[in-house]
Amino acid sequence: MKVKVISRNPDDYVRQTKLDIQRVPRNYDPSLNPFETPREYTRALNATKLERVFAKPFLASLDGHRDGVNCMAKHPKSLSTMLSGSCDGELKVWNLTKRECVRTLQAHEGFVRAMVVRFCGTSFFTIGDDKTIKQWSMETPGYGEEEEPLNTILGKSVFTGIDHHQERGVFATCGQQVDIWDEQRSSPIRSFSWGVDSFSCVRFNPVETGLLASCASDRSIVLYDMREATPLKKVIMTLRSNTLCWNPMEAYNFTCSNEDYNLYTFDMRKLDMPSVTHKDHVSAVLDVDYSPTGKEFVSASFDKTIRIFPKDSYHSREVYHTTRMQHVICVKWSSDNKYVLSGSDEMNIRLWKASAAEKLGVLTPREQAAVNYNQKLKERFQHHPEVRRIARHRHVPKSIYNQRRELHIMRTARLRKESNIRKHSTPGSVPVLSEKEKHIVAVVK
Amino acid sequence: MNTTKMATSSETTLKKTHVGNKKKPIKRYWHGTETNETGKKQTPKPTKPRGGKRGLTSLPLKRHWHGTEKNKSNGKKQRNHSERTPKQTQPSGEKRALTSLPSKRSWQGTKKNETDGEKQRNDNEQTSTQTEPSGGEKRLISSKEDPFPGTAPIPKNSLKKFKRGEKQEIPRDAWHKVKCAIADSEAVDDMAQKQNARFDLLLPEDAGFLEGDEDEDTCTISQEDIANAVDITSGAKYFNLALSQFGPYRLDYSKNGRHLLLGGRRGHVTCLEWQSKQLMCEMNVMETVNDVKWLHTEAMFAVAQKKWLYIYDNKGIELHCIRKFNDVLRMQFLPYHFLLATASATGFLQYLDVSVGKEVAATCTKAGRLDVMAQNPYNAIIHLGHSNGTVTLWSPNVKEPLVKMLCHQGGVRSVAVDKTGTYMVTSGMDKKLKVYDIRSYKPLQSYFLPAGASCLSLSQKGLLCAATGDTVQVYRDVWGTPVTKPYMAHRLKGSVWGLHFCPFEDILGVGHGEGFTSMVVPGAGEPNFDGYDANPYRSSKQMQEWEVKALLEKVQPELITLDPSMLSKVDKSTWEQRHQDRVKALGYDPLAKGKFIPRFKKKGRSSSGNVERRKRQVAHEDQRDEIRKTVEENMERAKERKQYKKEQMAAAAGQKSALDRFRK
Repeated sequence: MKVKVISRNPDDYVRQTKLDIQRVPRNYDPSLNPFETPREYTRALNATKLERVFAKPFLASLDGHRDGVNCMAKHPKSLSTMLSGSCDGELKVWNLTKRECVRTLQAHEGFVRAMVVRFCGTSFFTIGDDKTIKQWSMETPGYGEEEEPLNTILGKSVFTGIDHHQERGVFATCGQQVDIWDEQRSSPIRSFSWGVDSFSCVRFNPVETGLLASCASDRSIVLYDMREATPLKKVIMTLRSNTLCWNPMEAYNFTCSNEDYNLYTFDMRKLDMPSVTHKDHVSAVLDVDYSPTGKEFVSASFDKTIRIFPKDSYHSREVYHTTRMQHVICVKWSSDNKYVLSGSDEMNIRLWKASAAEKLGVLTPREQAAVNYNQKLKERFQHHPEVRRIARHRHVPKSIYNQRRELHIMRTARLRKESNIRKHSTPGSVPVLSEKEKHIVAVVK
Repeated sequence: MNTTKMATSSETTLKKTHVGNKKKPIKRYWHGTETNETGKKQTPKPTKPRGGKRGLTSLPLKRHWHGTEKNKSNGKKQRNHSERTPKQTQPSGEKRALTSLPSKRSWQGTKKNETDGEKQRNDNEQTSTQTEPSGGEKRLISSKEDPFPGTAPIPKNSLKKFKRGEKQEIPRDAWHKVKCAIADSEAVDDMAQKQNARFDLLLPEDAGFLEGDEDEDTCTISQEDIANAVDITSGAKYFNLALSQFGPYRLDYSKNGRHLLLGGRRGHVTCLEWQSKQLMCEMNVMETVNDVKWLHTEAMFAVAQKKWLYIYDNKGIELHCIRKFNDVLRMQFLPYHFLLATASATGFLQYLDVSVGKEVAATCTKAGRLDVMAQNPYNAIIHLGHSNGTVTLWSPNVKEPLVKMLCHQGGVRSVAVDKTGTYMVTSGMDKKLKVYDIRSYKPLQSYFLPAGASCLSLSQKGLLCAATGDTVQVYRDVWGTPVTKPYMAHRLKGSVWGLHFCPFEDILGVGHGEGFTSMVVPGAGEPNFDGYDANPYRSSKQMQEWEVKALLEKVQPELITLDPSMLSKVDKSTWEQRHQDRVKALGYDPLAKGKFIPRFKKKGRSSSGNVERRKRQVAHEDQRDEIRKTVEENMERAKERKQYKKEQMAAAAGQKSALDRFRK
């Protein structure tokens, strides 16, 4: 007779000392781990619910301005430094880690219209309603010294936007026309105009550094090459675009925030139709900024919310609002891809998390593994109705909720009317226009 | 035989082990190859399979139908080969010749006991895996050829065990993104399957077995002999509890097999840690006890008493008396759903959610007294046996039985389902024991037992235990080849009332009229447990953590279906369902296209032009006959004229003229 019976030595299965971690022998036999799918589904559902539970995006409010915040600028070298300019001409430099103002200066009389930090981070430029361009040093003046600009240029008209070249001492301003300035000279080295009265925003392309794009008040977006004497081309839309932002990773794409409540992502090479129309705001969109990864962007709107859109999605994945936040004028996505800053009418700058449920700080490896596992589960079960319902749900203020419904009704009514017109006219006389095509009037080269 | 060697070696290791020393690893075939390469004997470090925190996502959870036995035997053979190889290779002169010979592969010996077709396939595969690297002529720095180039082969059986369904076909007209996603997930699945199959080789324990000498039947070996032959700890697991006063006894083992719960018919309830024989509580409820069941942990158990269902903690304190559950006869606990399913004398099947204490479903089966019950561990479906010979399958979501099977000609006495959810074994009043495939609901085997089996139980490794009167018989592989002899048999003092295999142990607990007997059945239990699922050696902290995790991922009772993987499949019928719901709500089909029926409508009856025309028709009605007459007369006249002309012509043809030749 030969016999063997299962006989385990407990020492192989129990930890030796209390300082050890517990032993967990595994056996991946499917029959020992039944109900794989239902259990994973339950985990996914729990993960989705917990994500909504932990979604607390608001971090801090930076107050100190005595008028609405009109513009903000990121520091290219320091994550913790941020600049903001207000409607009373005051400029503040903030330390974000301490969440306090480190420097205040009266930059202009009237609005600080725009500002930009030089690529090296040592100085910054501001423009204001007093028709001046001022260059300031980033360093705080010593005790008893006056706040003096390094340089002041008096222009002929009011400037509305400024942007600095990525690697050379050249900057561009816009106002009556788009001017290219050399830092060493007091007059523009080049001026562009294309029969328009004013521009609202000018931006250098981050990769093809000689290229510029600007938003004009005649509802057009104009592209320039700095090396040429004339503008490249422009696209005219049904309503005016307020600002635009280049995608830092795919720099042939840019997104503009429009007065018609939408944002449009264009491919620079194919301006006749936007590649994506981003809808969700219920009022004019005032500012837009891309994340450094180029996968998402944040938009600020007059409807008192900011929204985060994936770059190729029609709808926002996130909406941030508070009861106190008024019309959001400017918005920035921090260079470490973790935070979003919004400056609004009621004199505050707000700091938000870019992903609402993210845990800040250092994660232990086990925490990180759990986060990754939950992320994968959510991804796998995202189309299940219950999971999707919970993941999509966002609370918005009543006014926005009602306005969205109203807008929806208006849109369907318009579509219905259009289709009725089409039905009762000769075939082909009323062409079917896609939602993208509708907002483009013309492309001029 | 090979097995002798293995048994003795494992025994010696068991005896040698003491605190602080890790168990000597079992020799695998690659150990032999390692020594082959280095030339000297190395004892490889014991690779403890410490599963990191791995989610179920990476685990292919798929049924395996058969082949575990075969796999084991392969493993044994492999090990033997590996033991032999170092001896052959020790002379250094032979080394080269040996390494250059691919036919000396240790694992190739295993192929011999497989069928021819498989062998051929395997050989083809292996030659391909072998020839691949050798074609590139890879040489090590020491200029020796790698004797085993390429990745190590994975045993087919274990690959099959971890297979998750069929490969998905990529639709040709799918989007590029979809195609990529499908291909990616397939690749991940493939990798997981391979990794798990490889991990199978590293499992530390082997299953037990019992083999008789020549002309010795294993069923004649007595329990005392087995208990004397095995080591002391295992031998102590054979014991009898003489409890003749309050029997017969029903019993239940906790999920990890550490704790035993006994319930005597005359009210005696006791729970104990059976390996150390430590009594946790003992009491008499002073009422008939129909069934006892552990809940999710060993902290609580349910007792079905004469009238109501009671829940006690392991100190014997009554926690709840659930009056909604009356006259309960049998109970089953669904551990992943936290559901206690009860079958009552009044014919009700009820589900109690023990995590929130609510009744989830109560179904009137309309089948009389329900005293035969089993659960399918694969899909949490409850099987009920009835006195008319049918077995019905129930889920808490449906008020009707999902399946009704006529299994026996008399009443059904006992039902058992195996842990992969593939086979169901039933025994009936017709003294038959039948095996069904419950994927297709087809009978596989039918056995005749002279006395008929009153209780059935299936072990984790698929041993079937059938109790007939006061004897317990254990059968091996009842669904494969027809079995003629039992694997083991044991006679008890009283008639058997309850049977249960202990999970993760080679133990069968039998409750009978004279108390309780714990039998040793080698090869019954799963040797390697999963530490995150049911860990017999878990500490109290680990148990707390497990309980919280298990509660968090409690599967909702709505998800109980015959196919538990239904949730991950594409719901193709959704649109149809939605449409049907819409039709039901509206009362008509809004998308239905009616059959084309041409309209027989007189168009334009009322237009003035038509009215005028119609009037005119009527106006000339009286003249019509006259017109017809004149027309007919005219036609007659024209006919006559034609006739006359013809005759004239014929008359003229009689006189020939010179011009006639121009006529046709």
